[in-house]
Amino acid sequence: MSFVPHSERERAEMLAAIGVARIEDLFADVPAHVRFPALKLPSPTSELEILRDMQTLANRNAAVDPVLSFLGAGTYHHFRPALVDYVLSRGEFYTSYTQYQPEVSQGMLQALFEYQSMICRLTNMEVSNASHYDGATALAEAVLLALNVAAGKRSKVLLSPGVHPQYRSVVKTYLRGAHTATILGDEDSAAELERLKGLLDEDTAALIIQNPNFFGQCEPIEGLAEAVHRVGALFIVVTDPISLGLFRPPGAYGADVVVADGQCLGIPPSFGGPHLGIFAARMSHVRRLSGHLVGETIDADGRRGYVLTLATREQHIRRAKATSNICTNAALCALAAAAYLATLGKRGLRQVAELCFHRSHYAAAEISKLKRLEINPQAPTKPFFKEFVVRLPAPAIEVNTHLLKQHGIIGGYDLGRDDPRLKNHLLIAVTEVNTRDSIDRLVSALGEVAK
Amino acid sequence: MTRDKGPTLYELSVPDRHGLDLPAPDVPQSPLPAGELRSDCDLPELSQLDVARHYLKLSQRNFGVDSGFYPLGSCTMKFNPKINEQVARLPGFAESHPLQEPETVQGNLALMFELQQWLAEIGGFAGVSLQPAAGAHGEFTGLLMMRAYHCERGDLKRTRILIPDSAHGTNPASTTMAGFTAVELPSDERGNVDPDAVRVACNDSVAGIMITNPNTLGLFEEHLTEVVQLVHACGGLVYGDGANMNALAGVARPGDFGFDVMHYNLHKTFSTPHGGGGPGSGPVGVSTRLTEFLPGPIVELMRDADGARYVLAVPAKSIGRVSTYFGNFGMFVRAYAYIRQHGAKGLRANSEHAVLNANYMRVKLRDTFAVPFDRINMHEFVCRGTIEGTGVRALDVSKRLLDYGFHPPTNYFPLIVPEALMIEPTETEAKPTLDAFVTAMQAIAKEAQSDPALVKSAPHGTPVKRLDEVKAARELVLSDRTKVASK
Repeated sequence: MSFVPHSERERAEMLAAIGVARIEDLFADVPAHVRFPALKLPSPTSELEILRDMQTLANRNAAVDPVLSFLGAGTYHHFRPALVDYVLSRGEFYTSYTQYQPEVSQGMLQALFEYQSMICRLTNMEVSNASHYDGATALAEAVLLALNVAAGKRSKVLLSPGVHPQYRSVVKTYLRGAHTATILGDEDSAAELERLKGLLDEDTAALIIQNPNFFGQCEPIEGLAEAVHRVGALFIVVTDPISLGLFRPPGAYGADVVVADGQCLGIPPSFGGPHLGIFAARMSHVRRLSGHLVGETIDADGRRGYVLTLATREQHIRRAKATSNICTNAALCALAAAAYLATLGKRGLRQVAELCFHRSHYAAAEISKLKRLEINPQAPTKPFFKEFVVRLPAPAIEVNTHLLKQHGIIGGYDLGRDDPRLKNHLLIAVTEVNTRDSIDRLVSALGEVAK
Repeated sequence: MTRDKGPTLYELSVPDRHGLDLPAPDVPQSPLPAGELRSDCDLPELSQLDVARHYLKLSQRNFGVDSGFYPLGSCTMKFNPKINEQVARLPGFAESHPLQEPETVQGNLALMFELQQWLAEIGGFAGVSLQPAAGAHGEFTGLLMMRAYHCERGDLKRTRILIPDSAHGTNPASTTMAGFTAVELPSDERGNVDPDAVRVACNDSVAGIMITNPNTLGLFEEHLTEVVQLVHACGGLVYGDGANMNALAGVARPGDFGFDVMHYNLHKTFSTPHGGGGPGSGPVGVSTRLTEFLPGPIVELMRDADGARYVLAVPAKSIGRVSTYFGNFGMFVRAYAYIRQHGAKGLRANSEHAVLNANYMRVKLRDTFAVPFDRINMHEFVCRGTIEGTGVRALDVSKRLLDYGFHPPTNYFPLIVPEALMIEPTETEAKPTLDAFVTAMQAIAKEAQSDPALVKSAPHGTPVKRLDEVKAARELVLSDRTKVASK
């Protein structure tokens, strides 16, 4: 099957108009020895068969009931109101391109403007771009921004070990290019923020924390921004947007740039992508931001309208001197996040955050009653939001296998994957989709390994 | 399209209105950490009907491929098959978590493995990583691999990347980000990369060249073999910008031209939707000398005593991760369904008809709008959007096309053609649509003579007229300042 609509007659008329006999004649410029190769691909198939084949493929994955999944670590099963997919399914939105013709793109432009507005208020920042690929690449771009601000005069980036390990990897990859800097601070996964603070000096371009951190805990942020600003560095905070329904926003404790993965805002886990890179900053950095920005303006009749603005930062205008190479972003995911936030509203987001908080604390309290299991052993006094660490009497990988095989439960994240010293530690996420009953089943199943 | 002034979500907000109920608390309440809390997160308060109507109205003020003809050059705005949307939403895919153990996601890994194989086969490459999230992200990835390749050989003086003057802006921008210096190459009088200019530029400071083929004039590079040989002979690598692969899938394999690395745009060639600007997906394919540098993990098929299964592996000298997890998996599902549905024959038919459509439009339009490089083109072509003696420019023609119900072509690009209109019809458009567009363009040319003011003040039938971009950039209103009333 192909979606080529041409009838025989139309094709013949078109070839005649061009003045060639056969469609193959249009490819005379392609060197003959490489033209029309015999590709080894499966034979074409019908839509009916495709659906069946893809269903079969999807069924080769272990069936995951989100209610019985406690795996988070940066990607979460949160409830997605039906309205979100209704909005995303409008062909006018999802089959459109970047808004280079604003007169016929007002819908998407306004939606992105409203997305920017809600992200600014949620994070307490002054400007948000119209999205980045994901949380990790948003963080990498934030680091490049900090190095650009430093204009070659600062060569150190302090990276908290509490930042998602894959985000840290992506930052390190991005620093293999034009921007070179020494990354310090994340060598020891158990290191506390105090140590990071001690490394601050005049050579530091940025200090990066995640709050709540990768282990789910709220970081002790008192005085941190002041210390960072005292040496003239930027304070970059990675956050969980759902937590901002309840907790103080990074803008309120001095962040210069806030980044996050917005998957939790109405986007399915989808095996890791597409997700949404949230990027918000202080207005003083607006000309150094990467990515599209939507601005309000008026049309020739004085009516309010929206356009992409400050395009002089971008690759299609500035080419080699652009602030970033980004072109395609995650606009449709930003639309999902906007529709999600609009549907929940201030009360709804607070309720989701509170449900996450109370259910995860209930789970932690019940698990802590089990013999030989310990909650947040490295930081028992730190408040946490929706995730916590459990020290087990056996390797996490074995416990996860038991949970899945015997109980159909997707357990937590095996922290031994990133740090062999933590091979007996599980990071457990509890959200509003995990019912009390499902938590009780998890606790009872964990009780079996405690014996 | 509706012309009423659309209030924003914040303007629609009414204190105490709610859109969603969540489950009542069923666990004991834990004390919230007082010092960590905020009083208000300042989101709008709306009913679900408010939100549904709001976005429905906004969608009616937006133009997509499903709305009408969208011949945006270099963007490949083809039909986005609806079956792709359906399969990407299958819960087995959509609800799967990227950190699950590999044995619980064998379906996903099988899909990724086959997609890696198929893309390698289509492009003629030895290895593929699906991780980059977009075309420009793929470019950055490819350039970092080229850098790692030279560094690993101790060849540290290679700092320059040759880029034709017709290249997409992402090429020089990615080059800078990857720590190289972009060196611009002039095109020759037939619109090709000039091999003499390449010869002069080639020396031991050249890390490589970035070539878009067909180039942004829509022309197949006539000296491609020679250019590739020149760059390889001086020790450089060849990067292919795969943005224009919709002319070549099933017709020729860039790996067979001697390209060392290329990104694919799944959101162009392989029909995944553009989503109003994203998400896309930009896998990279590489020749044997770069496979070890690919970003990981990559899916491999392992056969041992336990049987065959898919596993994740990181190449030996990998440049590292360029995004979290595996890239935009949801796009892989769509592209997989697309390739599966077409097979080799269907992909070739797509490219052939994309090229047929573009050539047909060129010959139909060239008497009205000058085509500076008037020869058989590939999937797109470039004409001049000016009408002699009227003052009507490419921008005006583009805006007037909106009144005729068409999305305009890409304008003012490539930079080497003044007043450029770059037209890419794609293979999924039928002849009557192309004819209607040609008729509209001819009508606009006539209007430019009879009533130039009408064309210069277009559009007239859109939800808003031309917008004041200077004011937007000067005043920088980047978020809604409406104060939400509190109770």
